[in-house]
Amino acid sequence: MEIRYITCICCPFGCQIEVAVGSGGIQSISGYTCNRGLNFAANEVNHPERMVTTTVRVIGGMQPQVSVKTRKGIPKSEVFRCMEELKSVEVHAPVRIGDLIRENICGTGIDVIATKDVQQINFQNFSD
Amino acid sequence: MKTYDLIVIGGGPAGMAAAISARENGCEDVLILERGSSLGGILNQCIHNGFGLLTFHEELTGPEYAARYAEKICALNIDYQLNTTVIRIDREKKVTAINADKGLQILQSKTIILAMGCRERPRGALNIPGSRPAGIFSAGTAQRIINIDGYMPGHNVVILGSGDIGLIMARRMTLEGAKVKVVAELMPYSSGLKRNIVQCLDDFGIPLKFRTSVVKIHGDKRLTGVTLARMDDRNKPIPDTEEFYECDTLLLSVGLIPENEISDEAGIPLDPSTCGPVVNNDFETEAEGIFACGNVLHVHDLVDFVSQEAASAGKNAACYIRRNGLSNKERTVRLFGSDGVRYTVPQILNPDRKDEDLTVRFRVGEVYQNAFISVFFNDQCILRRKKPIVTPGEMELIKLRKEQINQFPDLKSITIKIEKG
Ligand SMILES: Cc1cc2nc3c(=O)[nH]c(=O)nc-3n(C[C@H](O)[C@H](O)[C@H](O)COP(=O)(O)OP(=O)(O)OC[C@H]3O[C@@H](n4cnc5c(N)ncnc54)[C@H](O)[C@@H]3O)c2cc1C
Ligand code: SF4
Repeated sequence: MEIRYITCICCPFGCQIEVAVGSGGIQSISGYTCNRGLNFAANEVNHPERMVTTTVRVIGGMQPQVSVKTRKGIPKSEVFRCMEELKSVEVHAPVRIGDLIRENICGTGIDVIATKDVQQINFQNFSD
Repeated sequence: MKTYDLIVIGGGPAGMAAAISARENGCEDVLILERGSSLGGILNQCIHNGFGLLTFHEELTGPEYAARYAEKICALNIDYQLNTTVIRIDREKKVTAINADKGLQILQSKTIILAMGCRERPRGALNIPGSRPAGIFSAGTAQRIINIDGYMPGHNVVILGSGDIGLIMARRMTLEGAKVKVVAELMPYSSGLKRNIVQCLDDFGIPLKFRTSVVKIHGDKRLTGVTLARMDDRNKPIPDTEEFYECDTLLLSVGLIPENEISDEAGIPLDPSTCGPVVNNDFETEAEGIFACGNVLHVHDLVDFVSQEAASAGKNAACYIRRNGLSNKERTVRLFGSDGVRYTVPQILNPDRKDEDLTVRFRVGEVYQNAFISVFFNDQCILRRKKPIVTPGEMELIKLRKEQINQFPDLKSITIKIEKG
């Protein structure tokens, strides 16, 4: 049996969790403070996930880009592919918090959404 | 001249939460003055998730957390001016601000809340030998360049300092295709959150070297590399431990300093340990009617605590107006940190003013394992709490019940200590 030490990343307390893994899978989990930690530790051993936060280009916006996130964690192994796929994405202003930016990123079933408002450029502001 | 009830300086999470709470507690004329082009402060460039778990029970990104408060500011019709810098305040609560539209404004208020946040320690303060080529950025500047402006400052990166901003930027630059070679930390521990070491460094196999620092900077026009060396206990490089790292970018994440120039000029006493104003349990500075909260008061790792503290400051400003300034002469109890406790906030308790439990926040100076946090009322130990680990990177908190405090009519001092287990 193998003991894996995992630092929970679900909240700032960062509990140290011990997972005992045997041939048949997880045998026991200890050291967590709440259920989020329990779930995290189990996932981390079997199929680790990470939320991805980055930016995509905005056309015609008051700012050149908008911050985005995957709605939930995606498999850790897909993180770089997700970044790659988002590189080619451009959106038109205005963008609102929560707007869908990319559906089903990398076939994970998870959407990427905007986390910031970006207003449209108002050309009247530049006259006179 | 119009007199505001409250002028809040800074429209980051602290300023917004303070203004909202003041309004909800009866302040009519509230004005926020913000130097930047939008509300939200540093959160606008912190696009990663990890904000608001305590407040909203969900994990938000920085801009989302800021937006929740900005919406409330609009819903409550709280006035704010953007692109407006406060250059002076005084104890009579006159605020001098400048912006492009209105020029110089002198505004009168009954109360002021200081919420100017922090700025990063500049490199000059660090005395790194070598030339001064391009390619050296503070981690927060790099964060703004990448997340707001949309440029990559470089491709081969060394990071000095393992504060949260440096850790977050290690991941951010890696995801954007850069190679982050190493994070060097002078101290034997990280001042960043554990979760950030895991998800920003370990996830990508980025090494973190403790007791290591930059001893030389190479390059003429553009940075070409840095030399790192191990440091001894006196922070002197250990001979023959030098290692050259080729890189075009050096990020400095060596800590934040509360931005208190205008507080200092107004003669508001600052605490040398926090670099923020000395405050009482109302978050009131030693200048009557002027309050402080958020990173300008002491550096926070968690925005949730900033918002809590700020809400309390806002409410207290509203109370101050209601009772028309200070009332009776009050008892004053000093709070001290000693034996490993670097500071406490608040530094002063006025027990007569408020019948509430007291929350004391503090930081320790080094890592302690299985130690006790002990609280002394005068010379008497009234609380001892065992902690598996306390580290300088994480702010600690202790709550003292009002009954406990009221049982001590001749309370003069409260001391918080670390006692080894
Ligand atoms: C990179 C980074 C990562 C972080 N990660 C997390 C995290 O994952 N989770 C978490 O909970 N917390 C995190 N934090 C901490 C949190 O963001 C801060 O504690 C919080 O933003 C502090 O709020 P504040 O309002 O005090 O300061 P700020 O956000 O700095 O706001 C201060 C505002 O005051 C304005 N100002 C300053 N001087 C003047 C003046 N003279 N006149 C007018 N306006 C002025 C500034 O422009 C600014 O908008 C992080 C912080 C950083 C920097
Ligand atoms: S186990 Fe719970 S309390 Fe501990 S770090 Fe994870 S989420 Fe936070």
